[in-house]
Amino acid sequence: MKRLFHEFLKGLFHENPTFRLALGLCPTLAVSTSIVNGFGMGCAATFVLLGSNIIVSSIKNLIPGKIRIPCFIVIIATFVTIVELTMKAYFPELSKSLGIFVPLIVVNCVVLGRAEAFASKHGVARSIFDGLGMGAGFTLALVLISAIREGLGNGTLMGLVITKGFEPALLFILAPGALLVIGILIGIVNYLTSLSPKGRG
Amino acid sequence: MEFNQLLMIAISVIFINNFVLSKFLGLCPFIGVSKETRSAFCMGLAVTFVMTASSIITWAVYSFLLKPFHIEYLRTLSFILVIASFVQLIEMFIQKFSPALYRVFGIYLALITTNCAVFGVAVLNSEMFLKTAGNFSKALLFCVTQGFCAGVGFTIVLLFMSGIRERLELCDVPRPMKGMAIAFIVASLMSMAFMGFAGFRF
Repeated sequence: MKRLFHEFLKGLFHENPTFRLALGLCPTLAVSTSIVNGFGMGCAATFVLLGSNIIVSSIKNLIPGKIRIPCFIVIIATFVTIVELTMKAYFPELSKSLGIFVPLIVVNCVVLGRAEAFASKHGVARSIFDGLGMGAGFTLALVLISAIREGLGNGTLMGLVITKGFEPALLFILAPGALLVIGILIGIVNYLTSLSPKGRG
Repeated sequence: MEFNQLLMIAISVIFINNFVLSKFLGLCPFIGVSKETRSAFCMGLAVTFVMTASSIITWAVYSFLLKPFHIEYLRTLSFILVIASFVQLIEMFIQKFSPALYRVFGIYLALITTNCAVFGVAVLNSEMFLKTAGNFSKALLFCVTQGFCAGVGFTIVLLFMSGIRERLELCDVPRPMKGMAIAFIVASLMSMAFMGFAGFRF
């Protein structure tokens, strides 16, 4: 049990897909204009990660090694289609604001990366926790970035006005703000890692 | 009329809605392969070629397979499969017939297989042109233009970025900001500059 929990935690901090591994940056930057969008994207990606990890780890012995990548992609695309249709049916607003980035989960390197690096080598139970942890880490990073961008760019958090007497800088909602925020956050994470002796090397 | 529309698509995709700097597609190669100008140029050429070709292929799949049978919901699945197998095919073909070319472009082709910019062009094409246009050949023209110009825009930005990064190597950057962090900040400044193109009015 402790080991399973460890698989979950490593996705949150030590191997955070966004800050530590720099995977899946395109959707992270594109949809993080508001917390609702960021959280929605995180949940969608977590579902796909969980689903593909479960299927890949349970049929890993049936897949021939040479064509494993196309097989993984088909499995992932299936789950992405499920998410796409579900979102269109029950959350039409969210689906509209996420736009083409819902089908683009299929080429998100986090999902394929975990299928290849973890799920194809480990059992089902550990893969489930790995998927959940990676998904949670991805969602956490998305919510963090979108909170900064929404707060600075729009003056709101989840739609509530937080700033009075402060003119929100629209730049942070636009494209350059996203690149600036991720650059500075990666710098901060690098700095914090270099402080702790464990993170070195 | 048609020519105007094509020109509008071209300028819009290359400058105003540049794939990397305003749509955030293809950031991984943008950060990963922009360390030196030569490899950036090769990557740009490979991406442009694959984008143009996959625009044609996905157009064919959408208008002759998905639309007549009313299975548009299989778009994601069919597009990614077709693009991935097409890139593999090209790679094998080049490896067999021109080993010299393969040594230059092979590694970039492998990287493109699941590049979100290539897949993004296909999805955008289907959202913008294929769903509405009744006229097959007109839609094809628009798709190819958008695919090719998206590739050109990607190449231009990648070349700029690699030029800046080659000079950045000589600069004294604070240690935690070295590498990826400073690259993103450079990209942010470039994106601000490209926002100036948004003033274009048609």
